[in-house]
Amino acid sequence: MSDTHAESVAFVRETSIPPSAPPTAASGWVLWLRTNLFATPINGALTLIVLYFLYYVVSSTLPWILNGVWSAESLSGCREALQGTSGACFSVLTERWNQLLFGFSYPSDAYWRPSLAFALLFLAAAPVLFFDLPRKLLLFTALYPFITYWLIWGGTILVPIIALLGCVAGYMVYARYVKDNFSIAFFGGIVIAAVVWYVGGQMIPEGASETAMLEAVPSRNLGGFMLNMMLGVTCVSLSIPIGILLALGRQSSLPVVKWICVVFIEFIRGVPLITLLFVASVMLAYLFPPDATVDLFLRVVIMITMFSAAYIAEVIRGGLAALPKGQYEAGDSLGLDYAQSMRLIILPQALKISIPGIVNIAVGLFKDTTLVSVISLFDIVGMIRGPILASTDWSGVYWELFMFASVLFFVVCYGISQYSQWLERRLATDHR
Amino acid sequence: MANAKQMQVSDEVAISIHSMNKWYGTFHVLRDIDLTVHRGERIVICGPSGSGKSTLIRCINALEEHQKGSIEVDGTLLSSDLKNIDKIRSEVGMCFQHFNLFPHLTILENLTLAPIWVRKTPKKEAEATAMHFLEKVKIPEQALKYPGQLSGGQQQRVAIARSLCMKPRIMLFDEPTSALDPEMIKEVLDTMIELAEEGMTMLCVTHEMGFARQVANRVIFMDEGQIVEQNEPEEFFNNPKSPRTKLFLSQILGH
Repeated sequence: MSDTHAESVAFVRETSIPPSAPPTAASGWVLWLRTNLFATPINGALTLIVLYFLYYVVSSTLPWILNGVWSAESLSGCREALQGTSGACFSVLTERWNQLLFGFSYPSDAYWRPSLAFALLFLAAAPVLFFDLPRKLLLFTALYPFITYWLIWGGTILVPIIALLGCVAGYMVYARYVKDNFSIAFFGGIVIAAVVWYVGGQMIPEGASETAMLEAVPSRNLGGFMLNMMLGVTCVSLSIPIGILLALGRQSSLPVVKWICVVFIEFIRGVPLITLLFVASVMLAYLFPPDATVDLFLRVVIMITMFSAAYIAEVIRGGLAALPKGQYEAGDSLGLDYAQSMRLIILPQALKISIPGIVNIAVGLFKDTTLVSVISLFDIVGMIRGPILASTDWSGVYWELFMFASVLFFVVCYGISQYSQWLERRLATDHR
Repeated sequence: MANAKQMQVSDEVAISIHSMNKWYGTFHVLRDIDLTVHRGERIVICGPSGSGKSTLIRCINALEEHQKGSIEVDGTLLSSDLKNIDKIRSEVGMCFQHFNLFPHLTILENLTLAPIWVRKTPKKEAEATAMHFLEKVKIPEQALKYPGQLSGGQQQRVAIARSLCMKPRIMLFDEPTSALDPEMIKEVLDTMIELAEEGMTMLCVTHEMGFARQVANRVIFMDEGQIVEQNEPEEFFNNPKSPRTKLFLSQILGH
């Protein structure tokens, strides 16, 4: 004890104890087994039961999968190849691959178009999802919806170009006035865009689609997993901004805005999605003028978007309510106006809190896109239940088909969930 | 240290409050407040909790709405007109008890946010100003950290620097040291003293009586929503007039 005066009663430390490394934790796999799997007799027994159960499940499914037949022409072909042994009939997947992915009436020489659009989706989503990437990539993201529209639906390129011009004009008006007054910029932008769309729409010559570079494909010919992806991506990306606006509207001090939002949210939340989809497929036609032919795809998008926007609005409202009042006051006391303090201070924090809830709804929405099979759209489930299982070749191949659909959905949903966890870690700056 | 108290107070009126009243529902929080603050004055407001002192200074930048009477800040009348409110808020800096820094932004971004968006200052210039004020509150090395990584005292100094970046003509402090550990109170008070010495018009709600003696040229005592007594600090502490003030002072200075 060289650093203390042992002979004196009062104690004065003259040198401080240097920091030392923590003791090395006891390790090794035996120890791990004992602490995690066999800590107590009951614990050990449970481990053995679970292990047996796992063995039972794997030992009965694995041979079925490994013994699968990939190259038969029909279910009877599969049975012949298997000769009474247990095995899956995966041939239906290879045989009907294109139908499962693109539906049964998408022109087969145009399959490259949705495939390319799907590949470009990753490029377009990357700068939105990973904000460390150069911001210039967002330019492509902005162009992506128009490119995709043209690729999937084909027809005259004038339609997406005019749509794009309208958006650019609207954005220019918005960017010009946003620093002065947000609401003038916002609504001015919308009006200008609408004018460009209307005038441009008048200028597209009659029959331009017949002579177009890409063959026009009507919406009713879209199908398969492509339809689920299109609905999922479109509705998620539309419902988040609409949900934000609804959440802010519900908190608004303007009674009219507030009540419109409350009524909308409560109404939509009180109605099953399937009802809304039937409204889209059958009844919405009554609401539009008789000569307007609003595409069924668009009607379904509107309904699913409204549905999930209402839910997202409630999740974001929770995030807004979780912020301390001091954040609003700090923004106010610095002289920021409502739009600025929402955009720069409140929403970034509220959205961060809401990430798990929003992702939950996005995943749910993506899976709910299979409900469109009920209103006779041939998405992947519609394809399986309809043309494939109804055909004499493949009637009865339930397991393989629905397993395939589950795998596709699982891959996408698990990816979304992993991304959201990464995002939460990335945004954790408060070090609580 | 130059004595802040010898600094000249000009005749120019910075804030003039005239028979202002405020209610929370039916509860009468502020009753007939009359207060004139001259440019360069440093006023400390004290009083028991619930006496309306925080509410009073929060009315000055319209974080709270008053229902009767008038408040005029730098010649601008505080009304329900949003343009006026935003104008006053950008001229009046405010520090809160709980700092209220923006946790999702770095210190530097906290400081440059309002200058860039409210004053339309170019980013480079705003950052230079921000670094200047960070040096002034003696924590330039923390510029790229997030508020959550700083101690309470450092956060409060950042909050002061954030207000100063807007080049305010008046500073309001709402119990700036009440949420701090004793060791950190001094560093915040030193920053405030320095500010006072530069002639900033300041209104502080605080229980730091040493600070009041050293810096203030007027101490206001509030109770039950009214101004009970106001005087120069020496007179106020050595020779309080009202029995309520005497009781309050004996309670906070007694131990």
